[in-house]
Amino acid sequence: MVGKSWISKGLTHLVLLIGVVISVFPFYWLAVMSTNTTSQILHFPPKLIFGNQLWINLKHVFANIDFLQGFTNTLIVAVISVVGTLFFCSLAGFTFAKFKFPGRNFLFVSLLITMMIPSQISFIPSFIVMAKIGWVNSYQSLIVPGLANAFGIFWIRQYCDGSVPDELLEAGRLDGCNQFRLYWNIAIPILRPALAFLGIFTFIGVYNDYLWPLVVINNPDRFTLQVVLSQLNGIYNTDYGMVMAGTLLATVPLIIIFFIFSRNFISGIADGAVKD
Amino acid sequence: MKEALGTNTNVLPVKKRSLWSEIWKNRVSYLFISPFYILFLIFGLFPILFSLYLAFHSWTGLGEMKFVGLAQFKYLLTEPDFWHSVGNTFAIWFISTIPMLFFALVIAFLLNLPLLKFRGIYRTLFFVTNVTSIVAVAIIFQSIFNNNYGLVNYFLSLFGVDPVKWLDNSVLVKFVLASMVVWRFTGYNAIIYLAGLQSIPQTLYEAATIDGANRRQTFFHITIPLLRPVILFTVIMTTIGSMQLFTEPQVLLGDSGGVGGAGMTLSLYMYNQAFIQSQFGYASAVSWALFIIIGLFSLINWKFVQRF
Repeated sequence: MVGKSWISKGLTHLVLLIGVVISVFPFYWLAVMSTNTTSQILHFPPKLIFGNQLWINLKHVFANIDFLQGFTNTLIVAVISVVGTLFFCSLAGFTFAKFKFPGRNFLFVSLLITMMIPSQISFIPSFIVMAKIGWVNSYQSLIVPGLANAFGIFWIRQYCDGSVPDELLEAGRLDGCNQFRLYWNIAIPILRPALAFLGIFTFIGVYNDYLWPLVVINNPDRFTLQVVLSQLNGIYNTDYGMVMAGTLLATVPLIIIFFIFSRNFISGIADGAVKD
Repeated sequence: MKEALGTNTNVLPVKKRSLWSEIWKNRVSYLFISPFYILFLIFGLFPILFSLYLAFHSWTGLGEMKFVGLAQFKYLLTEPDFWHSVGNTFAIWFISTIPMLFFALVIAFLLNLPLLKFRGIYRTLFFVTNVTSIVAVAIIFQSIFNNNYGLVNYFLSLFGVDPVKWLDNSVLVKFVLASMVVWRFTGYNAIIYLAGLQSIPQTLYEAATIDGANRRQTFFHITIPLLRPVILFTVIMTTIGSMQLFTEPQVLLGDSGGVGGAGMTLSLYMYNQAFIQSQFGYASAVSWALFIIIGLFSLINWKFVQRF
């Protein structure tokens, strides 16, 4: 009996480890390629271990493409998006959770329905709207449309429902807090874990977004990191070492952020899906 | 009659006034939720309606729009490239979804085993693929499946197999695209299944065991039925995501969708028509076709999963 459970435990870990290797290997391979010369990568047999060319490959990246500008653009868009999303979504989510007003249910259900509309249906006209209001090539075009999004409001409302006690709000009201005060001084501190998740979720989404920035930004000075990366791959695809070093550089910051917040982030994703 | 009208006019304004005063009283609430609705009107609803309008007009982005009625939808139905992209999209969906959700279920069951060590580390390492940008994933997979010097071809060469043109072969390239989807989303779906499994109350299993049910019976009569909503969720999300597949083929194969357009998906086709060919009207018709396909196909999948 003891032997049998030992075997089944071993088998479980074996299967999981195979999965982990498949998950992690592409990152390893990316790092290996970034540290080798192109001829070492394309050689048969290829070099399967780390080399010492990372610095030279990175220098080529910076010499050929404005990587820093792309990174700066992404960072500006991501940070403003996160701050704005947290504010507008938590304000609306809190209001939906804790205040009764005529039409509340209708408004909330219609908000949920908009989540099911595939974004690509409005894609072309959204671009035309941006062109008409002169927002093509602007940061706003990447920030504003997502600021108060249905998922974020839904998420905060769900969390608020269960965690912000009505008695506390009542006490605040007696102390003369107006509705914004109740939100800012009472709800926000309690909502912090939900805000942390929504913030990371938004950051990762904006950081990785590709199709919309590809369409709405034509000026290389405003390219986001993912567009820069795709350009790097498209134009210089003969210099593997360089393309891979650029890809590594673009990928690492997000992976670090993910590892730091992974617990909160993963349980947030799981809750969001299961509680629906 | 007159009297009834009279009472009506007496009652209605009072009711109306109280509704309006109720709305006025809650004006701050409306203000706080308004940003979403304002943004949705400008960047959601208006574009959707405009897209419908455009679908009935021929427009290259410059100059006058010309009303053409259903002509663009008729053209679409006879356009071989459109149907080719529909076929490609469904093929990639089919190749990726079934193995992905199967692997995800297996991983979730294993991660849910009691007393499993390193559960948190496993979760993180399975999920990390999902936070990696698709552009980066496409670049890495491009090198792994390179036609000549790719890693996969190298390993095949160790067994005496000649290099396979993964990216040029119309069937194999779909497997490459599907493998990217599977790699990026298996961990994500596993985490969702795991949460679903953990939300099943342990007491149900205990009660069933006391009643003499074996593990197979509890699996088919407790686990699967209670997991059904979660499976439904993942199937629908996967369907919606797969039908909109764009970045993988665009970065891996370019705007053309590769040799013979074998990797041309519906979204890439729409993108090409709009932003390369400047056929904004026709591309809008394509986007409505995409919308209808997503709606119908999600519905079919929903019915299919519910039958189990």
